[in-house]
Amino acid sequence: MIAALVIAQAVTPNAIDKFGNALASGIALGAIYAILALGFVIIFKATQVVNFAHGGIAAFGAYMVVYFATVLNVPGRWLSFLPFGVQWTLSAILAILVTALLGVIIERIVIRPMIGKALFAVAMITLGVDLIIRTITVDYMGNQSRGLGDPWGAGVFVFGGIRIAHTQVVTVLVAMIAVGLLAWFFRTRTGTAMRATAFDQEAAMAQGISVGKVFAIAWGIGAALAAIGGIFSSVFPRGAAGVTPFTALIAFRAFPAVIIGGLDSISGAIVGGMLVGLAEVFAASYLGSVSWLGTGFAGIVAWLLMMAVLLIKPYGIFGTEEVRRV
Amino acid sequence: MLEVANLEVVYNDVVLVLRGLSIEVRDGQIVALLGANGAGKTTSLRAITGLLDVHEGDVTKGHVNWNGSRIDDKDASHIVRAGISQVMEGRRVFAEMSVDDNLKTGAITNKSSSSEKSAYQRVMEMFPALQSRRKDSAGYLSGGEQQMLAIGRALMSNPKLLILDEPSLGLAPMLVQQIRDIIVDINKQGTSVLLIEQNASMALSIADYGYIMETGKVVMNGESSKLLGDEDVQEFYLGLRTEGGERKSFKDVKHYKRRKRWLS
Ligand SMILES: Nc1ncnc2c1ncn2[C@@H]1O[C@H](COP(=O)(O)OP(=O)(O)OP(=O)(O)O)[C@@H](O)[C@H]1O
Ligand SMILES: [Mg+2]
Repeated sequence: MIAALVIAQAVTPNAIDKFGNALASGIALGAIYAILALGFVIIFKATQVVNFAHGGIAAFGAYMVVYFATVLNVPGRWLSFLPFGVQWTLSAILAILVTALLGVIIERIVIRPMIGKALFAVAMITLGVDLIIRTITVDYMGNQSRGLGDPWGAGVFVFGGIRIAHTQVVTVLVAMIAVGLLAWFFRTRTGTAMRATAFDQEAAMAQGISVGKVFAIAWGIGAALAAIGGIFSSVFPRGAAGVTPFTALIAFRAFPAVIIGGLDSISGAIVGGMLVGLAEVFAASYLGSVSWLGTGFAGIVAWLLMMAVLLIKPYGIFGTEEVRRV
Repeated sequence: MLEVANLEVVYNDVVLVLRGLSIEVRDGQIVALLGANGAGKTTSLRAITGLLDVHEGDVTKGHVNWNGSRIDDKDASHIVRAGISQVMEGRRVFAEMSVDDNLKTGAITNKSSSSEKSAYQRVMEMFPALQSRRKDSAGYLSGGEQQMLAIGRALMSNPKLLILDEPSLGLAPMLVQQIRDIIVDINKQGTSVLLIEQNASMALSIADYGYIMETGKVVMNGESSKLLGDEDVQEFYLGLRTEGGERKSFKDVKHYKRRKRWLS
């Protein structure tokens, strides 16, 4: 009875628009978190390393787009006959590949020598790597915000009262493509080797799988996904001004998504990312006016959600119990 | 030919587990490596297949040669590529993955997809039970089926030498028979076999040659027929003629024998 009244009240045109807008932004933001969480989980699953450099790597990816698309104009300078959007996309792909390479390099020179050492120590080392990446990128790129020069700008689709940014549509599409590519990858030879390594490292080695190679590929994929997350959190409407030294902090919003989904679960990363994105946007648009919660509430709602989930499911929604030893 | 000579293995820099182990597997043979719990059988397997690192183990003396070249300093992937594959103790199938994907991991070192296909066909012919379960998660297979999958996975690399670590462990007698026949079959198709077992009667019934190890070294070796006929082996490894029920170690037997000789 009361519920019906509430619903009747809520279904005014204005309320529908408000809900629709929140839903669209929530999904787009959720897609960013899901991509970041996926990268994190892939590295963790394959190598058991909790990668605290994920945020720094994400920001590095966005800075690489700035560098290739707006500073060097590579590869666009040789391909000026192509439409601008295609040139930019190629720069972005190049940036993602360079970031993947960074991931492989980090694995090779910092993580590989630590194999077999305490997981806690390795996690602390990734924290140091994060600091180094952030310091170097800011040294080179300056600490003012840098626009990515993307072709979508502040363009918006308007459906009555609902406004959806072009970038939001692109974000969701790219996230879907990335998930599709991953699903394909996990069925290839190398992907199968990675799943085997994640499940039982010694048994994988006994089959002749080169665990080092698997680790490097996992870091490459994880870093590439971080870059995608970093790029889309540095364009309109999330980071309208571009990438800044604070972009790396996006990882602190993605960590709860990882924990909510379950540290070692691929589907958990997607679900967790979506939940956190939606929760954050809905909290901002519906609770923003509740003054005692303060304006920063949307920023911590992910962490509250995480604590609530952990009370009910200590290993996250899809996590397995074994991970508790970490 | 596999040649393990005077091998000494130490875990964590302190625990000496193999104390001068020497064994040989000639091409085409089935060789049994027998011993009680903790004798060092699995450690020997790890030393041969490059898996000591994972356990903080090191070869401190002696060597392992495969067809004349040293392999105890090579990594696991190299050794599989060189033609030695293994069925680990406890099966260790990838429970979350399908039967087909498990087999795919075993073929990771295969160079051509045609050799992978023929290996796959051979496995399916050898283990008809796996055929209908190709898409099922390995975790849902019975213990016997998992053991078959583990053997099939090891065959996917077309090994010249197959090492099995206690394949009969935890299986019903009928399944043990089946595994036994399969091992004979694999051997007939041209793969040498090193069979690690506690079930000595099963292993010696198909082996050409056998080694009995205790606390890290070989205490007795010989043709299977000779071992099967040996009184002490019968008493302590084949469970024949057991009177007391309390299990003595092989060393005690020798000691006892020596004393008997001395007294007489
Ligand atoms: N990683 C390790 N670190 C230290 N000691 C170990 C390690 N692995 C095995 N050992 C010890 O080495 C000895 C031999 O172990 P191993 O597993 O090789 O025996 P096994 O003959 O295979 O026994 P089982 O029949 O029970 O499988 C045992 O005393 C065991 O406790
Ligand atoms: Mg053993």
